[in-house]
Amino acid sequence: MLVISCIKQVPDTTQVKIDPVTNTLVREGIPFIVNPYDTHALEEGLNLKDRYGLRSVAISMGPPNTEATLRKACALGVDEAILLSDRAFGGADTLSTSNVLSAAIEKLGAEESVGIVFCGKQTIDGDTAQVGPGIATRLGYTQLTLVDRIEFLDLKRNVIRVRRKLEGRHEIVEAPLPVVITVVRELNRPRYPTVPMRLAAQETEVKVWDNSVLKLDVETVGLKGSPTWVSKIFSPERDKGEIIGDGVGDPEGTANLLIDKLLSKDLLAV
Amino acid sequence: MAINHSLFIPLFVVAVATFCFSCYQRLQLVAVGASENRFDNPAERLAGMFSYAFGQKRVLARPYGFNHFFLFWAFMLLLVANGAFLLEGLFPSFSLAALPAPLHHGLEFLFDIVSLVALVSVAIAFVRRVLFPPAYLGNDYTSPRSGEALLILAMIATLMVAFFLLNAAQIAMGQPGNWKPVSSAIATFLDGFSGRPLESIATVSWWVHAVVLLLFMNLLPRSKHMHILTAIPNCYFRSLDKPNVQPREEFKVGNRFGVSKVEQFSWKDLLDSLSCTECGRCQDLCPAHNTGKPLNPRRIVHDIKVNLLDNGSALKHGDRGVVPLIGPQGEGSNHEDALWSCTTCGACTSVCPVLIEQMPKIIKMRRHLVQEKARFPEELLNLFENMEQRSNPWGIAPSDRGKWAALLGERPFKAGETDYLFFVGCAGSFDSRAKHVTVALATILDKAGVSWGILGREEQCCGDSVRRLGNEFVFDKMAKENVALFKERGVTRIVTQCPHCFSTLKNDYKQYGLEVEVLHHSELIAKLVEQGKLKLPKQADQGKIVFHDSCYLGRHNDTFEAPRAVIKAATGKAPVEFERNQENGFCCGAGGGRMWMEEQIGSRINLERVKEALKQQPDTLCVSCPYCMTMMEDGLKDEGAEQVRVKDIAEVMAEAMA
Ligand SMILES: Cc1cc2nc3c(=O)[nH]c(=O)nc-3n(C[C@H](O)[C@H](O)[C@H](O)COP(=O)(O)OP(=O)(O)OC[C@H]3O[C@@H](n4cnc5c(N)ncnc54)[C@H](O)[C@@H]3O)c2cc1C
Ligand code: SF4
Ligand code: SF4
Repeated sequence: MLVISCIKQVPDTTQVKIDPVTNTLVREGIPFIVNPYDTHALEEGLNLKDRYGLRSVAISMGPPNTEATLRKACALGVDEAILLSDRAFGGADTLSTSNVLSAAIEKLGAEESVGIVFCGKQTIDGDTAQVGPGIATRLGYTQLTLVDRIEFLDLKRNVIRVRRKLEGRHEIVEAPLPVVITVVRELNRPRYPTVPMRLAAQETEVKVWDNSVLKLDVETVGLKGSPTWVSKIFSPERDKGEIIGDGVGDPEGTANLLIDKLLSKDLLAV
Repeated sequence: MAINHSLFIPLFVVAVATFCFSCYQRLQLVAVGASENRFDNPAERLAGMFSYAFGQKRVLARPYGFNHFFLFWAFMLLLVANGAFLLEGLFPSFSLAALPAPLHHGLEFLFDIVSLVALVSVAIAFVRRVLFPPAYLGNDYTSPRSGEALLILAMIATLMVAFFLLNAAQIAMGQPGNWKPVSSAIATFLDGFSGRPLESIATVSWWVHAVVLLLFMNLLPRSKHMHILTAIPNCYFRSLDKPNVQPREEFKVGNRFGVSKVEQFSWKDLLDSLSCTECGRCQDLCPAHNTGKPLNPRRIVHDIKVNLLDNGSALKHGDRGVVPLIGPQGEGSNHEDALWSCTTCGACTSVCPVLIEQMPKIIKMRRHLVQEKARFPEELLNLFENMEQRSNPWGIAPSDRGKWAALLGERPFKAGETDYLFFVGCAGSFDSRAKHVTVALATILDKAGVSWGILGREEQCCGDSVRRLGNEFVFDKMAKENVALFKERGVTRIVTQCPHCFSTLKNDYKQYGLEVEVLHHSELIAKLVEQGKLKLPKQADQGKIVFHDSCYLGRHNDTFEAPRAVIKAATGKAPVEFERNQENGFCCGAGGGRMWMEEQIGSRINLERVKEALKQQPDTLCVSCPYCMTMMEDGLKDEGAEQVRVKDIAEVMAEAMA
């Protein structure tokens, strides 16, 4: 059975600036990283591989340099890494991205049954959180979003039980396989690659599937298959924050105020 | 007195054979280690061997060391006496009396006096061990009164007593004793005896001497007194580099990284383990051991030895050992908590009288844990990822690196135009407190007319923390990129404001072919003072200043004077010293990557140091390192002593110039 992790290469957004004149992202010289949520999607795929002996596969759609990201996945221990890359896939929005990813998952499923597809909750560049649910919809898999714990995986009954992290509460959900799970950071702690694995990864083959392999209708992929387009990007004016309490006169009370404030904004977990 | 040669010869042959066999067995164990070139620069090696082994340089660094010095030299001289003694036992015709009379008499006199010295030394050692044992002699696997230590002392004493009795009896029987003052004095006590009894005293003494000598010889390779055989070669094969610069690793598929099994240590590491004298000095100075951590550098060396002995016979036959080198606490295994407790302060390597390299062995085992097992305290995951992605420990955007200089205007480094590359370092670039030091140094350089420039966002972390933490793979990448950048930009002189950057650029990067002048800011400022380039209109009034040595500036680079000279120039007064200072200084707790780790076991190292500082009742605690700065400020806060300011030497100097 396969566990597939979808990972996306994103610019290190802490280093991205918006060009004030052209209102576009200045991506020049910005290093790429694996979308932080996707490192958790990858880790959980590897966990299930370690615990249940599933075969773990990492897939990513992107330009050829995305290979670097997939090599990182190899260094962490995935059994197979596949890059979905074709000029025709370029300029994709979330709809066409999920079309391509779904086609790849379907193709993998034709060889070996797919149990779980892991996606990050969202990316730090596109930020839509739509691709995971999009894949589930297109493939007819059950979608389990915002998962922060896998309660169990029962391979005899082919069910999985997970915990979803929602605002102020948790939800335990059980679903039949196959499922698409989008993950939050609390799910796990990503592992660190060992040097032998890194070195081996430098020599592993990263498969590249273009549209001659996926055979999708070019009208459904890339720019052509994308009904959404960006009309403008700009930096919002930042609101000035407020000053609460009196840190000098009453440090303890002020600290309490601050903690309450952070809790109310869901920035701190109890 | 007639010696029964036919009895002695077989005894001698058996004793020598078993001794040689034991030594051979031990050497075979050393030979299971990995290869390492410690044969270069024979002249330098010999010179060091003379000063460390024969000169007992480090032994003498402590007051009690004189006793060992005398015992060592007595032992060396008596080697000749005992050689002659054994030859007399083997060959009826052999006698030192065949030598020209003056030489013969000289030797007799020497041996007589030296034997007394040895006897007195042994008595002092005995009394010290039994009545006034220093705490550091004992630990969880041995005690100052250990049977082995006392047995060896008793044997040496017996040898000396037997020697004197033998000589005294012979003198009493009429042999000339003019050149044996001590023996002659003892002979006067034998006046009452004559004939046969004297004969018996001589014979018994001779045999006691002979048997104890052969036993002693056989005990050496099987005890901590192995160091008598290995210490001298160990000093010869010492590391000529500063011991915190560890060998590079080659990142090739199929290679192993770090050490997880005793045979992956180099032969020199294994020789080290057989050379420990159990003097306990490293244990005494180790900040981790002193604050209740499970680390004891002496224990690291001991456990490697025990592991080697336990796994030895399997290893010699090419099999695997069964005792794990890294594993649960127990003799022969090193606990991971111990390995992660090391601050790489270098106190152990700088105090060891036989130049054992304790800390490098810890780093080798860390290398295995990080690189082959990806197993390390969880706080380090963030550090490693930040280092790899953003080349600084906090994961701050690299584009912010040069921002501190905004007030001073653009100051790019330009080859040929700027004298110094100011390598600011991560702390100096990003840490809000350390940035004050950066600006202070920049101001001093400007006022002294020194031209300097920075690399700004192109500057990367030097990699010190990752290297000491055992993440050699990442360090290797950083070092290569930095060295390539320095070369490409035509850098020839570098000034740093952090001893970690300083030591890494200066020492570690040599392994990557960087041969440029690297100065710590204390050295550059001291030089500017000396050249009269700094105008010091007013003496900075910092009250009573106590100066804390940074391990990476002091012990690792022998720079003790420069920072003190800077303080003196700026304030007109030499700083007050800690009880433990300079070579014996005590770490702040942040080295070796410990800056980025929680300190959960035992008490906190920085508190221990701050308490020591407070004994001097200082107004200012002066440092020369951004890590020390953080640790001392935190410590003072925790001790409720915030009235004491922490200042970098550059800040003190900048104030004097204002
Ligand atoms: C309105 C709009 C216009 C856009 N216009 C452009 C454009 O002109 N050019 C352009 O390059 N981009 C553009 N993008 C970005 C691009 O469409 C999205 O980055 C992409 O569709 C994925 O969406 P997302 O990043 O929001 O992913 P999310 O839905 O937030 O991602 C959720 C998860 O899906 C998975 N995933 C997402 N993308 C991939 C992938 N490529 N491979 C593997 N797994 C993946 C990951 O697991 C990820 O964590 C645009 C986005 C939007 C919203
Ligand atoms: S380097 Fe310092 S902390 Fe590490 S073992 Fe030696 S003395 Fe202890
Ligand atoms: S390692 Fe060196 S300093 Fe430490 S106990 Fe042994 S001989 Fe002494």
